[in-house]
Amino acid sequence: MTPRAIGMDLARRDGPAKVTGTATYAAETAVDRPAYCHPVQATIARGRVTRLDTAAAEALPGVLAVLTEANAERLASTEDGELAVLQSPEVAFRGQLIGCVVAETSETARQAADLVEVAYAEEDHETELTAEGEYDAETTGNVEAAFAEADVVVDQTYTTAMYHNNPMEPHATTALWQDGTLTLWESTQGVHPTRSTVAEVFGLDTERIRVVCPYVGGGFGSKGLPHANVVLAAMAARALPGRPVKLTVTRPQMFSLTGYRTPTIQRARLAADRTGRLSALAFDVAEQTSKVKEFAEQSGKPSRTMYAAPNRRVAHRLAALDVPVTSWMRAPGECPGMFGPEVAMDELADALGMDPIELRIRNDPAEDPESGKPFSSRHLAGCLRTGAERFGWAERGPRREGRWLVGRGVAASVYPVNRMPESTAVIRFSGGRYTVDIGAADLGTGTWTTLPQIAADALGVPVDRVEVRIGDTDYPNASVAGGSSGMITWGSAVVDAARAFREKFGDQPGDGDEAEGSVSENPDSERFAMSAFGAQFAEARVHADTGEVRVPRMHGVFAVGRVINPRTTRSQLTGGMLMGLSMALHEQSVLDPRFGHVVNHDLAEYHVAANADAGQLTAEWLDEHDPHVNAMGAKGVGEIGIVGAAAAVVNAVHRATGVRVRDLPVTLDKLLPGLSPERAL
Amino acid sequence: MERFDYRRPGDAATAVRTVAADPSAVFLGGGTNLVDHLKLGITAPGLVVDVTSLTSAELAEHRGGLRIGAAVRNSDLAADDRVRRRYPVLAQALLAGASGQLRNMATTGGNPLQRTRCVYFQDVTTPCNKREPGSGCSAIGGYNRYHAVLGASPHCIATHPSDLAVALTALDAEVQVLGPAGERTIPFGELHRLPGDRPDRDTVLEHGELITAIDLPEAPIAANSAYRKVRDRASYAFALVSVAAAIEVEQGVVRDSRIAFGGVAHKPWRAHRAEAVLRDAPANETTFREAAEAELADAVAVDGIDGGNGFKLPLLTRTLAATLRDLTGETA
Repeated sequence: MTPRAIGMDLARRDGPAKVTGTATYAAETAVDRPAYCHPVQATIARGRVTRLDTAAAEALPGVLAVLTEANAERLASTEDGELAVLQSPEVAFRGQLIGCVVAETSETARQAADLVEVAYAEEDHETELTAEGEYDAETTGNVEAAFAEADVVVDQTYTTAMYHNNPMEPHATTALWQDGTLTLWESTQGVHPTRSTVAEVFGLDTERIRVVCPYVGGGFGSKGLPHANVVLAAMAARALPGRPVKLTVTRPQMFSLTGYRTPTIQRARLAADRTGRLSALAFDVAEQTSKVKEFAEQSGKPSRTMYAAPNRRVAHRLAALDVPVTSWMRAPGECPGMFGPEVAMDELADALGMDPIELRIRNDPAEDPESGKPFSSRHLAGCLRTGAERFGWAERGPRREGRWLVGRGVAASVYPVNRMPESTAVIRFSGGRYTVDIGAADLGTGTWTTLPQIAADALGVPVDRVEVRIGDTDYPNASVAGGSSGMITWGSAVVDAARAFREKFGDQPGDGDEAEGSVSENPDSERFAMSAFGAQFAEARVHADTGEVRVPRMHGVFAVGRVINPRTTRSQLTGGMLMGLSMALHEQSVLDPRFGHVVNHDLAEYHVAANADAGQLTAEWLDEHDPHVNAMGAKGVGEIGIVGAAAAVVNAVHRATGVRVRDLPVTLDKLLPGLSPERAL
Repeated sequence: MERFDYRRPGDAATAVRTVAADPSAVFLGGGTNLVDHLKLGITAPGLVVDVTSLTSAELAEHRGGLRIGAAVRNSDLAADDRVRRRYPVLAQALLAGASGQLRNMATTGGNPLQRTRCVYFQDVTTPCNKREPGSGCSAIGGYNRYHAVLGASPHCIATHPSDLAVALTALDAEVQVLGPAGERTIPFGELHRLPGDRPDRDTVLEHGELITAIDLPEAPIAANSAYRKVRDRASYAFALVSVAAAIEVEQGVVRDSRIAFGGVAHKPWRAHRAEAVLRDAPANETTFREAAEAELADAVAVDGIDGGNGFKLPLLTRTLAATLRDLTGETA
């Protein structure tokens, strides 16, 4: 496959529709006489509902139905505790769904939901994560002996906060149950996975469910798995056959219903000799999961492959608490898991008096320390060196500009090359044009634009002769947009379909010619370890009086294989970096342990980086060729941009101030005690 | 959200009579706070009386100062050349608040009447004495990073969120009010209350009283003034602490000053003690710090999630010193 369209800087095909407001999102789906659903949520963290009085709600004019555990349909499968909606009076976390109102208007539904009277038998709850408890450890070599013999040891505990995905478009569903068929216009990262999940929960054949989602206003993982709101919307629609029902999750509701990233407590230990060679690395992480559904963030994963320490320990503790369901958030595992270790590397470099870039390069392994396999490509050192030159690493400070203390920091990034086992594409020729059908998702990532680029090269035709149809279960089965696997998986299916098409019909197809192809396993994955790598650079300015932190510049250099589209790739990478900056300085879901819910549950109080917080944010990539990853030679770019970004910011703040903050976010109160207004440089 | 009636009377006097006659009635200005509260269920008025076109939307010369009509939008007030020149602290405070979109809606009369952003006040599923008297204060021992260190009570530790109000407090502004009994004038510093045992009452306004204008007195000192807001992100965040300051220095000695703090109390906090320390003292770092420390002598920090709000004490001292240093050209 010769890259012609691949690599072209094409503007988004869906751009004009989006900026003119004509792109239709799930809640905006034009349907006749929609009804509106508003959830009723538990206001205790643990216990059971003893009485639910819906009389006042039902009496409100305009109310069509009030669903509770008492009258809701019994679901076919309650195996997934998150999705066992209204199946039991038990309350497992504050904010859990205990009912809903369906009404003629959203305002009426909301008012009626407030009128539902609930009594509880409340039990003690536990919502606070601690480091104490049982850890599951995987150990290679003799870690403790290596620490005992080491010249230099770093042993520190780092924490990351609880984080909530806050896409611009909240989770939303328009659901219609008609003639025994359920249609869901759903904001999702995967129409087919949503369909299979809903089919299982309701005991329906997948053929009786259609999921439609042409556009998504951001997901970041929170729309990767259907959450309880989807089941509730479907239930409400089934309670009102023939009547479409809309359920838009409010911003505060998102904080208990649509997933979040677990907080982590990370003890990171590094042992090295005087030359900076790591002899041991130990990483113990405590995380939480909800009691209704186990989800274990794999934060220890990246430290297994990152550096060449012969003795390694990675341990996890998963605490089951009375909290909402943890789930996917951009780079689950790698994002929090590269925070502690990458700050610890900076601390080790300090202890050794060594350039942190040199320290990382010195420990860059020739092969994957975990599997012993060679890497299909690994250009971490190239990313670090290129970035150092571009960013002006030699002038990394500290220095003082007026009242501002300035310093620069670095951290490494990694993200695996993932490929999902299933996806099918169909290519059809008609009227001189090729149409590619696949139920893929575009959550703002660029799929509408990049899949045609892959198809064009695979077919050997100009990209403007190819269109794609995605985001609908009427098209062939496609995997979820998750784990940075979307473009790799769907692209592989499209390449396979194009190969089949050309084999059958050659270069001169006729109208109606059609061929199908699917993704298959990558035989090279047996022989190689496959990951994308990167280096993150940040400049921090800290106000000597107030401790305010600003990050005017960030630069990322990544090795992500062949880039399909520079424009959408840059957008993914800088978007990830911005989210990492936000994690470093701002984001924190504050769970009040007395109540059991996140109390800063809106965009005024849960701070994400605003425009003024984002300075000059740039990303570039090395010209990396990797023939082993897939036919396109591409690695996923959706997640690596966030990995390491927070560590780079923290390391920069340390460089500027001499204050090492190990608990995110880096807010001014954590800097003030160590910050003399008269700090001389 | 509950159903409510909406009226737009022909003049301010009718609006006042209408609201005064109905205990469930409220005035609607820019709506940047009230509409949120309607959605969140914090308030459920039976009648909403729109006053946006009933008071002046003009800025006029007034007794050597300026009279600001209550309907003047925050963005227009911040952009006015007279304000920028004669009262820079006011323009800076406005621009430090909210977002461009919100400033285009928010009015001069409404902004000082916005209610606290305490997360528990805004969450009807948690106890809050301000929202539901007698139910308790969840912020004590809870998430109180944004809460009061001055003038709080065991019933409420909320802070007032307005930046504009802090500047108006420092400037000795006056509030023109139209009520059922006629007009009255309230010194701006006396508009807001401390919580005491009635945290549900933010101000001294009686039900039905409408702010029609705010007067800025003639104040040459204000030409050398500034507003410094310290917050958790670079824009669109409420103050952790803020300082509104105007200062006059002659030959290295402070002759006069006007100081107010935001983000530290249930009301914009006029720092009279700090002003007293500054008067006739050398304009230097030591004086500036002593002034802040004098004002904070009775300050009380509270414990809470992630360490409470004790950091505000050193932060306020450092912020006042930095602000006065900038205004006086003193170098540390």
